Amino acid sequence: MTYMPKPKFRHPALEKNRLGFTRRDYEGAISTLCAGCGHDSISAALIQACHESSIAPHRVAKMSGIGCSSKTPDYLLGQSHGFNSVHGRMPSVLTGANLANRDLIYLGISGDGDSASIGLGQFVHCIRRAVNMVYITENNGVYGLTKGQFSATADQGSRSKSGGINSDSPIDLASMALMAGATFVGRSFSGDKGQLVPLIKAAIAHQGAAFIDVISPCVAFNNHAGSTKSFDFVREHNEAVNRIDFMESRSEITADYAPGSTRDIMQHDGSVIRLHKLDETYDPSDRAGALNYIQTHHEAGVVVTGLLYVDPDPADLHVHLRTVATPLNRLGREALCPGAAALDAINKSYR
Amino acid sequence: MQQPITAINDFVVKFANVNGSGSASANEMFARAILRMGVPIATRNIFPSNIQGLPTWYEVRVSGEGWIGRRGGVDFMVPMNPQTWEKDVAAIDPGGYFLHDSSKPLPRSGIRSDINVISVPLTEMANSRYDNPRDRQLLKNMIYVGVLAALLGMEHAEVEKLVGEQYAGKDRLIKPNLEALGLGRDYVREHLAGACKLSVHRSNRVGERIFVNGNDAAALGAVYGGATVAAWYPITPSTSVAEAFQKHCKKLRVDPDTGKNRFAIVQSEDELSAIGTVIGAGWNGARAFTATSGPGVSLMQEFLGLAYFAEIPAVIIDVQRGGPSTGMPTRTQQADLTICAYASHGDTKHVLLIPEDPGEAFEFSAQSFDLAERLQTPIFVMLDLDIGMNEWLTRPFQWDDERAYDRGKLMSFDDLESGKDFGRYLDVDGDGIPFRTLPGTHPNKGAYFTRGTSRNAYAKYSEEGRDYVGNMQRLLEKFETAKKLVPGPVVHNAKKPAKYGVIHFGSTSPAMAEAQSTLEAQGLHFDTMRIRAFPFSDNVISFINAHEKVFVIEQNRDAQMRMLLINEGAIDPARLVSVLHYDGTPVTARFITAQIAALVKAMS
Repeated sequence: MTYMPKPKFRHPALEKNRLGFTRRDYEGAISTLCAGCGHDSISAALIQACHESSIAPHRVAKMSGIGCSSKTPDYLLGQSHGFNSVHGRMPSVLTGANLANRDLIYLGISGDGDSASIGLGQFVHCIRRAVNMVYITENNGVYGLTKGQFSATADQGSRSKSGGINSDSPIDLASMALMAGATFVGRSFSGDKGQLVPLIKAAIAHQGAAFIDVISPCVAFNNHAGSTKSFDFVREHNEAVNRIDFMESRSEITADYAPGSTRDIMQHDGSVIRLHKLDETYDPSDRAGALNYIQTHHEAGVVVTGLLYVDPDPADLHVHLRTVATPLNRLGREALCPGAAALDAINKSYR
Repeated sequence: MQQPITAINDFVVKFANVNGSGSASANEMFARAILRMGVPIATRNIFPSNIQGLPTWYEVRVSGEGWIGRRGGVDFMVPMNPQTWEKDVAAIDPGGYFLHDSSKPLPRSGIRSDINVISVPLTEMANSRYDNPRDRQLLKNMIYVGVLAALLGMEHAEVEKLVGEQYAGKDRLIKPNLEALGLGRDYVREHLAGACKLSVHRSNRVGERIFVNGNDAAALGAVYGGATVAAWYPITPSTSVAEAFQKHCKKLRVDPDTGKNRFAIVQSEDELSAIGTVIGAGWNGARAFTATSGPGVSLMQEFLGLAYFAEIPAVIIDVQRGGPSTGMPTRTQQADLTICAYASHGDTKHVLLIPEDPGEAFEFSAQSFDLAERLQTPIFVMLDLDIGMNEWLTRPFQWDDERAYDRGKLMSFDDLESGKDFGRYLDVDGDGIPFRTLPGTHPNKGAYFTRGTSRNAYAKYSEEGRDYVGNMQRLLEKFETAKKLVPGPVVHNAKKPAKYGVIHFGSTSPAMAEAQSTLEAQGLHFDTMRIRAFPFSDNVISFINAHEKVFVIEQNRDAQMRMLLINEGAIDPARLVSVLHYDGTPVTARFITAQIAALVKAMS
């Protein structure tokens, strides 16, 4: 980490997006995480994705729980409101925030301790409810802030820095999300920005519960031989089922590809996810197939990455609850208070 | 031979039933018919934590004088449950009455000689008239209502009218119910004329008042107060708050043009999630609440500390029940005061509003949303099972159409654009309350990071001792401001100068009013004060200081209100004398009268 304040200076030729913002407009406070932390790469990917998607920075709400991962919302989107809540409970806070104002983009950033241990219940239930959000876990298999205990995503048999062997079965958050009904599930690696950035962009465009599990090695406590969440291990053992191009609309599609090698998925908002198939057989519209694929590969020691599942036309919690289009936090007394005359009628019914 | 109790519009009828037997609606119809005759009543359900098969009681106090607290004692018992038969018979006051279903023999050992047995072959009447077992059960209930109404000289037409209202839309049920009612009435006319010396006479003492339970009232208050988000987890006795909110919203909050809802209700996976959702919504500018009971408040502690420290509006409707642990889930208590007042780890203090009845539950519930946004903090509305789940006679709900919502100190786009200095935790007005902004307000001004960790006045993370202390002191100033905003106490001075005072709160109110009148008749004079909120306004403390001794009536074991008074008002503990009633039943006027009279006697 560095204690140097970040210079405000920006290069005049810095590329502007559709809204006239440069990448710098999407940055936040300077990171206080360890040098080389995978989480910082994810923050950078989020900044790039938001910039490229031309999102107004102040229209994002950044939500997190407690832990290294949960500190990261401070390091991006400095013009967005952020909420660092309590350990494992970000999903409920995000749900409430989303109910209050359906017009903002909700970015939930969590970790494996936050989401797979103390917050497993909230993680699953938030997805069950189809809250429109991008939920990212920065998954390193270890508790960083308390210095190196195994987390619930650590693989059975993996070795801690102090030499302990993990005997517990791991929780696979991507599989959990699929079972809970997530309508967008991806997995990526903090070291693979080329895969991660379009995945985040597609997740933002997705109008439902989007979950991305990002393996993010902990350089301080879980980057040694014997760990299955180290940079070296993940590089050697990850297998992408597809590469992704994300386009805000079909009109941007220009390049031609060999027939059968790509698949375009148009989401509800008109955006297009172009999948370059790396495994011919993989079908990201098959929830049960995705689960089977992930589990089979996990047994073989392989971490599957890419866009694992997508329902391009999801319904979210607001659709389920039939809420009005105007955000609830903008409704005034006129819309909310039935008034004295209605109360007289109610009084009569109690006599 | 004991003289039969003779009374007009002043007695207690108690029904002993088996839960799940359909008795509740029949019993309520009986009670409402008395109300329709203009005679005040107070009804209380005493029910088990169970769905079917266990004992349940329904008590109807008829009081022409208008005393609506629980009186204690039973003048007329309707024991329809063999499991509790002996206990029920033993509970009847000497000279009282007992409705015997004479299809079943009396015990061979006989029955108390000091009570009056009124025999009606209820089961036989039902069985000979109806074939279907369920009909036999349900219509037997209506037969005894007919019997009772006739014995008490009630207006049969009022009961019949209620049958029509009860089954409106299910018209095929009206005829058999009316018939069963008539069977009961006719039996009394033929066989039992003059058997009962208790009677109901038409009166005009009910007036404009309405008959409603506190959970329903609090839910309606939330609708009027502008709540749009409710997140809750089922728990007795608060569940019906959320259900009533849904019911009222469906009628009152659906956009007539689109059919879409101006509300969102989430049944959460637990209480932690419920309060988390409320906090998220409050942070984002929606008025949000949860309804729960003591065990739920226990689970919410961590989040409540966050909301206190990060200063987020939230409303918690706590319908108190008997604790600790699962305690007595279907019985009433006022035992969550300290856990709510000081909820969470570290130094915290929270605002409590304490209504006396459903009328105030409506008012305080609506007001809590203004207070939550004004003070940017959690507000507890402290109901209890007695208020929440029983129908009370209460003044009609009122609303002033001129009344605006107080959204508190919110900085708008224009405020920010004009260059106003925004420090999320900066006390600009000297009242301890800072300004806040809502997410998405302005493209490049006013964003801040909300966290439960210490920070400076501009919401920047800080571990500096002076930043932390400054913030904690400001929160105390904010609590001082709260004293001026919360409902003040209600004082009733004795007719003569009194050296003793009485403090009470919440559902104790009607029993206390009656006890005060009874004690006065005995020549014992007290000034009384009903506390309606925490923090205590200055006149709460000055009331105590103006009296030699003050009795504090509470429905908990540990004298929690007394604890708060001693702690917050620096009161000499010797001046506050506890009167405690915590067996799970609502405190009675008889109990308060006896306790205070005995204490005063011992003191003088």
